[in-house]
Amino acid sequence: MPTVRKTRSYRFPSAHVLASRELSGADNDRIFGKCANPNGHGHDYGVDVCVEGEVDEATGEVAPTHVVDAIFDETIRARYSHAMLNDLPEFETEVPTAKNIAKAIFQALAAPVTERTTARLASVRVIETSNNHFEVRA
Amino acid sequence: MLVDVTRTIEFATSLRYRRGDLSEAENRELFGVHANRHGHNYRLDVTLRGETDPVTGMVINLTDLKAILEEVVMSRFDHKDLNDDTDLFEKRPPTPENVALVIWELLEEAVPNGLLARVRLHAGADTTVEVAAGA
Repeated sequence: MPTVRKTRSYRFPSAHVLASRELSGADNDRIFGKCANPNGHGHDYGVDVCVEGEVDEATGEVAPTHVVDAIFDETIRARYSHAMLNDLPEFETEVPTAKNIAKAIFQALAAPVTERTTARLASVRVIETSNNHFEVRA
Repeated sequence: MLVDVTRTIEFATSLRYRRGDLSEAENRELFGVHANRHGHNYRLDVTLRGETDPVTGMVINLTDLKAILEEVVMSRFDHKDLNDDTDLFEKRPPTPENVALVIWELLEEAVPNGLLARVRLHAGADTTVEVAAGA
């Protein structure tokens, strides 16, 4: 049997500051450059959520699209869209780089995808700008 | 060294989610608005994987691949109705997953030498389904 994966693509705008509490202001400026501006900056993030599994014969879907969308909306969009990412508990100690955002989204989605569908989370890709994207895989 | 060759085509179809074993009311109950006839622009990436021929430098002659995709995909699906112009979706509804699986099955027959590695179907801007050779 071939492997079937379905990817849903989402977008939301968020603000963040790239600076570690463990570093001095000078070190943050040196490492994160303009991204360390303490007042923040923002992006229109794109997130591609990929699930993998068998196609259900009754519905013809790997996982119902409306369920994957609901999981994303409840778990991520409700907290990340139009928000300051540094204020979220998952970025209290971790710097909200796109890599850490991808990891946090993967960790948040993996369990509900398994619980609410017969598929499993295969990958999360965060598109921060048209120049940079980051992908975390199972 | 293995090389992936991908050709992209686009086609437009109408369709409705419908299972032949269910009544009209049951189909509507199961599939909601998707049970209405509607349409999509699909973009399809077909990837072949193989060694390059030392003389031609090709995994496959793209003219041959183009002809296969014309015959197998475009002539069947482009500006057609998936339910009424084909007999491929009588038992399974034409979800992106099933459209991609049907194309995978048709191309597995048509692409020579087991070169078919992946089909990726973009159904609108927000949904992509990938079918790849099993692990």
